[in-house]
Amino acid sequence: MIEAFVSFAPGWARDHAAPLAVAIPMLCSTLGVFLPNGRLAWFLSILATGASLLMALVLMGLVQNEGIVSYAMGGWEPPAGIEFRIDALNAMIILLVTAIAFLAAVFSWPTVNAEIREEKQNLFYSAYLVCVTGLVGVSSTGDAFNLFVFLEISSIATYVLVALGARRDRRALPAAFNYLVMGTLGATFYVIGVGFLFAATGTLNMNDFSQMIPQLTDSRTVQAGFAFIIVGLGLKAAMWPLHQWLPGAYNYAPSFVTTFLAATATKVALYALIRYLFTVFKPDFSFELASFGLIFMPLAAAAMLVCSFQAVFQSDVRRTLAYSSVAQVGYMLLGVSLATAAGLTAGLFHLVNHALMKGGLFMAVAGVVLTYQGTRVYDFAGLGRSAPWTMTAFAICALSLIGVPLTAGFQSKIALLAAVFANGWWWAAALIVFSSVLAVLYMGRILEAVFFQAPANPRKQRKEAPLLLLIPLWILALANIWIGIDPAPVFDLADDASAAVFTTGGAR
Amino acid sequence: MNSDHHVILRVVSKLLIPLITIFAFYVHFHGEYSPGGGFQAGVIFAVGIILYALIFGVPSALRLVPAGFARGLAATGVLLYAGVGVWALFGGGNYLEYNALFEEPEGGHAAQHTGIILIELGVLFGVAGSMLTIFYAFAGRVAEISDEDW
Repeated sequence: MIEAFVSFAPGWARDHAAPLAVAIPMLCSTLGVFLPNGRLAWFLSILATGASLLMALVLMGLVQNEGIVSYAMGGWEPPAGIEFRIDALNAMIILLVTAIAFLAAVFSWPTVNAEIREEKQNLFYSAYLVCVTGLVGVSSTGDAFNLFVFLEISSIATYVLVALGARRDRRALPAAFNYLVMGTLGATFYVIGVGFLFAATGTLNMNDFSQMIPQLTDSRTVQAGFAFIIVGLGLKAAMWPLHQWLPGAYNYAPSFVTTFLAATATKVALYALIRYLFTVFKPDFSFELASFGLIFMPLAAAAMLVCSFQAVFQSDVRRTLAYSSVAQVGYMLLGVSLATAAGLTAGLFHLVNHALMKGGLFMAVAGVVLTYQGTRVYDFAGLGRSAPWTMTAFAICALSLIGVPLTAGFQSKIALLAAVFANGWWWAAALIVFSSVLAVLYMGRILEAVFFQAPANPRKQRKEAPLLLLIPLWILALANIWIGIDPAPVFDLADDASAAVFTTGGAR
Repeated sequence: MNSDHHVILRVVSKLLIPLITIFAFYVHFHGEYSPGGGFQAGVIFAVGIILYALIFGVPSALRLVPAGFARGLAATGVLLYAGVGVWALFGGGNYLEYNALFEEPEGGHAAQHTGIILIELGVLFGVAGSMLTIFYAFAGRVAEISDEDW
């Protein structure tokens, strides 16, 4: 299907898809400043993210047909110039980010209109497009320092977006400030690490790194650089226990921002982490192998346990989902920490599925915020009767999060279990099952309130979320079921992605 | 008048502000082959306006450069930078490939010069606009709870 799409794409799109996927949202973000009102900015953001999505599809097709796409910025050949390098791994991430950005842009208008002051709406959409620019940029670039720049572009836009939740709840301001401090720390650690690698190798190109570092594995400089980069990117990816910024940021940000961030931001940071773990550094270096066993695996296990427990005891639905996000990052990291192709495939597969289910869950919550104003579990009581369409989609995504058969979450947990058993980690399998039982508890509590309790406020009957919100929500919910029944298309993408970093090795 | 003792500050800064602005553009146009460039030029340009605001007050600075204008300036800067990249695409080159901006005889460097000057101009606008916007945001901030209410 994607192959046919590429053959229809015009020549310029095929030649320049990589920079255009980043440049279109960037150009449109500046135009948004000059627009007179929020509604026009909304149209513009749909157009920009839609065009970016088309470019991502072209890129995906090109990668599947012809292999790695390398684009020299400004005609300066890598490794001296900045390179955009797309292989099966980041083609998948770019496609995920742009698809979610497009769906989020379509659904955004009713909730943005309700939660953001009118004179700020066009600037809000500008900040959103800047955030998309940064996230797509991080996923496309093949240059270590350029990655830092795009990481900061997306993060700074994110701090602004989170802080704009202050109109509904003033606690958004400390949450955004907390996120700013932690995020800046993460970015600083990352750039220090890149500095160490630059000192040891004299290059900033990731492909160049991967060819030089095997000769330098005994160098303390390289090992220190590795440590700094892992901590920096781990902070951005909300790796336990560096996740403290996440619950506050997700809880108090405007609903639309939470939806978008939950489905993309930590995923992109996790992609960058995987890129460093598997292509820049190799799992067969002794210090990296030690870090898998001594750092990632215990931290992933701790995230799955501790944050699932924390999620059970939250009284706010968005906070429950935020803690569950940290726990789900634990699943992905567990797959990564196996250091096998099957483990990485399972981790990436769960990454995509989690973006689909969390995006759907937060969209449904945004619908509830729009009509009922409350996000406590108590506020959700009886919504199954008054807003059946919203809540059915919510329930489908919740079941997917738990991992019930015929949903996406089941497929990725099975893949993860298979990878874990292949490595002989039977205790990790027990942990996955136990953490899923905790997911039954924390999601089941909400579902019980939604479908089996009497409405908290009986006068507010029949308040469904607007159609504009329901359509993207149901697209995500149906995607969860579709992947649950036929996992092959997405699983193959994840499999290609992990094969791309494992088989070709240093040459890529 | 009670502000008479600021007369030296006023006169000197009136003298200095045009020089600062000219120096900003000097730094900009020499940035391609000597130390300097759009970022420094943008900072110097914005500092000229900020000095004006410090001496003559934020309201009169806001009359000179409205907050909306500063914001638009920042956006124009990014638009200019990214737009040169797209212009190079239309010329048949890669993104931001200055050589492809327009046709020129063999060995010519006019396109390179144009490209870098325009890019740096974009940086100048972006930096100056953002600095002014940040300054206005801090200087124009009023306490949400007045001191008597504590």
